[in-house]
Amino acid sequence: MSDINSNIPEGELTSKWTKYKSSVPLVNPSNKRTIEVIIVGSGLAGASAAATLAEMGYKVKCFCFQDSPRRAHSIAAQGGINAAKNYQNDGDSVYRLFYDTIKGGDYRAREANVHRLAEVSANIIDQCVAQGVPLAREYGGLLDNRSFGGTQVQRTFYAAGQTGQQLLLGAYSALERQIGMGKVEMYTRHEMLEVVKVDGKARGIIARNLITGEIERHFGHAVVLGTGGYGNVFYLSTNAMGSNVTAAWKAHKQGAYFANPCYTQIHPTCIPVSGDHQSKLTLMSESLRNDGRIWVPKKKDDNRKASEIPEDERDYYLERRYPAFGNLVPRDVASRAAKERCDAGYGVGASKLAVYLDFKANTERYGKIEASKAGNHNPDKETCMRLGTAVIKEKYGNLFDMYAQITGENPYETPMRIYPAVHYTMGGLWVDYNLMTSVPGLYCTGEANFSDHGANRLGASALMQGLADGYFVLPYTIGAYLSKEISVKAIPTDHPAFVEAEERAVGILNTLINIKGTKSVDHFHKRLGHIMWEKCGMARNEKGLNEAIQEIRALRAEFWSDVRVPGTADELNTELEKAGRVADFIELGELMCIDALNRNESCGGHFREEYQTEEGEALRDDENYAYVAAWEFKEGVNFELHKEELKFENIKVAQRSYK
Amino acid sequence: MSTGNMNLTLKVWRQKNNNAKGALVDYKLADISPDMSFLEMFDVLNEQLINKGEEPVVFDHDCREGICGMCSMFINGRPHGPKDLVTTCQLHMRSFKDGDTIVVEPWRAAAFPVVKDLTVDRSAFDRVIAAGGFISVNTGNAQDANNLPIPKMQADAAFEAAACIGCGACVATCKNASAMLFVSAKISQLALLPQGQPERYRRVQSMVAQMDAEGFGNCTNTGACEAECPKGISLENIARMNRDFASAKFISEETV
Repeated sequence: MSDINSNIPEGELTSKWTKYKSSVPLVNPSNKRTIEVIIVGSGLAGASAAATLAEMGYKVKCFCFQDSPRRAHSIAAQGGINAAKNYQNDGDSVYRLFYDTIKGGDYRAREANVHRLAEVSANIIDQCVAQGVPLAREYGGLLDNRSFGGTQVQRTFYAAGQTGQQLLLGAYSALERQIGMGKVEMYTRHEMLEVVKVDGKARGIIARNLITGEIERHFGHAVVLGTGGYGNVFYLSTNAMGSNVTAAWKAHKQGAYFANPCYTQIHPTCIPVSGDHQSKLTLMSESLRNDGRIWVPKKKDDNRKASEIPEDERDYYLERRYPAFGNLVPRDVASRAAKERCDAGYGVGASKLAVYLDFKANTERYGKIEASKAGNHNPDKETCMRLGTAVIKEKYGNLFDMYAQITGENPYETPMRIYPAVHYTMGGLWVDYNLMTSVPGLYCTGEANFSDHGANRLGASALMQGLADGYFVLPYTIGAYLSKEISVKAIPTDHPAFVEAEERAVGILNTLINIKGTKSVDHFHKRLGHIMWEKCGMARNEKGLNEAIQEIRALRAEFWSDVRVPGTADELNTELEKAGRVADFIELGELMCIDALNRNESCGGHFREEYQTEEGEALRDDENYAYVAAWEFKEGVNFELHKEELKFENIKVAQRSYK
Repeated sequence: MSTGNMNLTLKVWRQKNNNAKGALVDYKLADISPDMSFLEMFDVLNEQLINKGEEPVVFDHDCREGICGMCSMFINGRPHGPKDLVTTCQLHMRSFKDGDTIVVEPWRAAAFPVVKDLTVDRSAFDRVIAAGGFISVNTGNAQDANNLPIPKMQADAAFEAAACIGCGACVATCKNASAMLFVSAKISQLALLPQGQPERYRRVQSMVAQMDAEGFGNCTNTGACEAECPKGISLENIARMNRDFASAKFISEETV
C-alpha cells in the first residue's frame, strides 16, 4: 500500500545500520571544503549536526531565531536522556530499548529507525561525558540512572532537573568551538522564511535578519531543518514562546510531506492553568513520577485539603488500573487517566482540573534509609520526613523551587497539583531512513521530523533522538547525497529561484503589515489554541474534528483580513514575527484535524473517542491504519494523503498493556 | 482579560534602536492578577498598546521557565527584580503591591548595546565561549563514559558551575560591568573535571583575553554578581579562575 519509499536498507534489522555505515559513499576531505550545508535551528539536533559536520570538514552555516544558539528550547528539557548502557545490570539492551520505544509508540514507528536510535544511544552518553557534560554520578564516581515511564529498567541518565540544559550546552560548546575556528558561520536572530529549490533540489534558504528586517539569501548544497516541534499550535503548551512551525511549514509548502501531524503528546504532569492571562504552561518532569504517587479523592467534589483526606479515602488510580507499571505508565496513558478522573468529577484545586502528585510516602521511605545509614534503625516520623526531604531536595530541588515560584505553594509540605498539557509533537516532516524529506537535499532532524516515536514518545527519548540524529546519524547519511553533489559549484544567489523565493517571503511580510486590522496576533493565536485543545486535544471525535476544520478555515479568513501588525518590516518587529508564525500554525491546525479525522483508530497520543476498549484504553486498527500518513501540500490550502506502510518483522504487534 | 485587582504604574525604557535616544515612558495598568508572571503583565501592557494603535514594548524572552536565560529586565534597580534566585519570567506579581510604581530598564553595559527598548545584544558572551569554553573532542572520539570515574563531590561542583544560564545579570548589576562570574563559571566547570585538564591553562588565557577584548570591566570583589545571579553561581568561581589565570603564566608552556 506504500506509495512512498522509505529507503530502508535490506538485511537483518540488527545489522542494517552497521552495514549501511560501512558502505555509504564518502566525500573526500578536499571536496568537503567546498560543500556548503545550511542548518536551521541550534537545539540538540541542529547544534550537534552543525558541530559534527564542521568537524568533518564541511562548510556550515547555522541559523537560529534566538539571540544565542545556547537558548534553543532543548535547554528546557528536564528529566533525562535514555541510553541502552545497562550500567544498572537490570537486563537492559539495545533490543529492549528498541522494543520499549516501538511499544511505547503504540506500534506506529518505523522499526529500522528505532533500532538505529537504540544502537547509537550509548555513544551519545560517551560523547557528552567527553565534552564535560556534568551528568549525575554515584559516590563510586560512576554515572547514575533513574527510571522513566514505559520501561522497567533504569536507563535514564540525568543532570538534576536540567538535563536538556547540560546536553545543549555541551552541543553549544562544540558548535562555538567550530565557530571560533571559522568553520561554522553562525546567524543568530535570523528566521528562515523560505526554502529555495533549484531543479527540484533544496539549494538554500531565505532568512530575515530579525534586528534589521533585512532579507538575506543563503546558498547550501543541502539544507537541514532542526527546528523543533509545533506544540504552540495549541497556544498554551510547555514549549518556549518562540517555538514555531514556520521553517517546517515553508518546507512543506515546497513539497516536503508532513507526516502524522495529529500525533501530539499531552504530558501528564504540568502545572495547571491559573487564569486567562496564562501565556505558557510549565512541565514538572516525568522523573518526579519515580518518587511521587498520583491520586485524587475517592469522593466526588471533595473540597477538603489534601492533608485532611485520610489514606483510605484516596484513589491512587494509576496504581489501581495499571499494577505492573503503576505511576510509571507512558505519558499518553497517564494523561488520559487524569482527564478521566477530572471529567468524572474527582478533580482537585479551585478549577477541579488537577490531580495530586504526592511525595510524602517516598520522602518518608528515603528518610528511613538515611536514618538507618546513620545508625538510627527506629527513627520517628519527623526525623524521617526531615532526612527524606533533603534527599528529595537533592534530586528535584530546582523543580520544587519552580513549582513554588509559580503557584505560591510549598510542594515539600502539600502535594503538587498537576494536569496534562501539550508538550511534544511526534508528527513532523516525513523523512526516509537517511533523514531526507521528500524534497531531495532537504533534511530534517530531531523533533521537527516524525521518525522515531510513533504515536507516543517515551520520556527521556527526545534528547536521545535529537542528539542521535545530529551527532551520529545525519553526518553519515547526508554523505550519501553530498557525494553526488561534489561537482556542483555554489549557485549564485541572484539565480531566479532565489529571487522568486525572496519575493514569496517579502510578499507575505508586506501583506501582514498592510492588513492593518483591529485584532492582535495573540488574539488569533489564542482562538486557534482553544479550537485545537477542545477538538483536537486529548480526546477527539468525528463531529468535533469536522467542526474544528470549519472553524479554523473561518479563523484563517478572519486573520488575513483583520490582524493588526504595528510597525514596519525593516526593523525589529516582534509582532510581525509572531504574525508569520501564527499564519502557519492556522494552516497546520487544519491539517492536524484532517489527519486526526482520517485516522479512524486510537493510538498513542491520538485518542478518538469512537475507538476505545471497554476499559477506555486506545483501540488500534492495525489492519487499516498501520501506516504513516504523509500529507502533500496542494494549491490553496489542500492536502493529499500518501501512505507508508509500517512493517513489523521483529516485534509482535499486540494490544499495548501496562497492567 | 486579567482577573486581578492590582493597579500599577510602569516606567519603561523605550528606545527605537541602537542609534536612537531612549527615555522612560509611563504606563498605567489596572486589574493585574497577583498570579501573573512579570512577563505576562507585560503581555497585558502590549495588548493594550496594540489595541490603541501603538507599538508594543520589545523585550527578550523565550522559555518562560527560568532556564533559557533570554529574559533580561532591570526592575527597580535590580536585574530580574526584587526576588533572589529567580529570572524575570519566574517573577510573579505577588511580589508587588497594589499601587506600586515599577521602573523597568534594559541591561546596561558597554559590551551589551541596546538593540531596542528592553532588548540588548549579548553576543559578546558567545564569543567568549568560542574563544575556549569547550573541550576539544570531535564527535566519535569518546571512550565508554564509565571508564572515567569522577568523584561525586567534584561532579556536583562542576554541575553547580555549569548551571549558569548566560543571562548577563552579573554584568548588568556590576558597577564595572564585569563578566567575571559568567566567564569563571564556564572555566570552573571544565577545570573541575578530568576531561578539562589538557586545555585548562590555555582555556583560561584565551577566554580572559576575549573577555577583555569585548570591553567588559574588571572585578573589584563587590559580590553583586553572586547576590543577583538567578542560579546562585558562586564567587568562588572567580577565585578559581584568578588562580588558574595566575598559574597559567607559570605552568602553561603555551601562552595564548
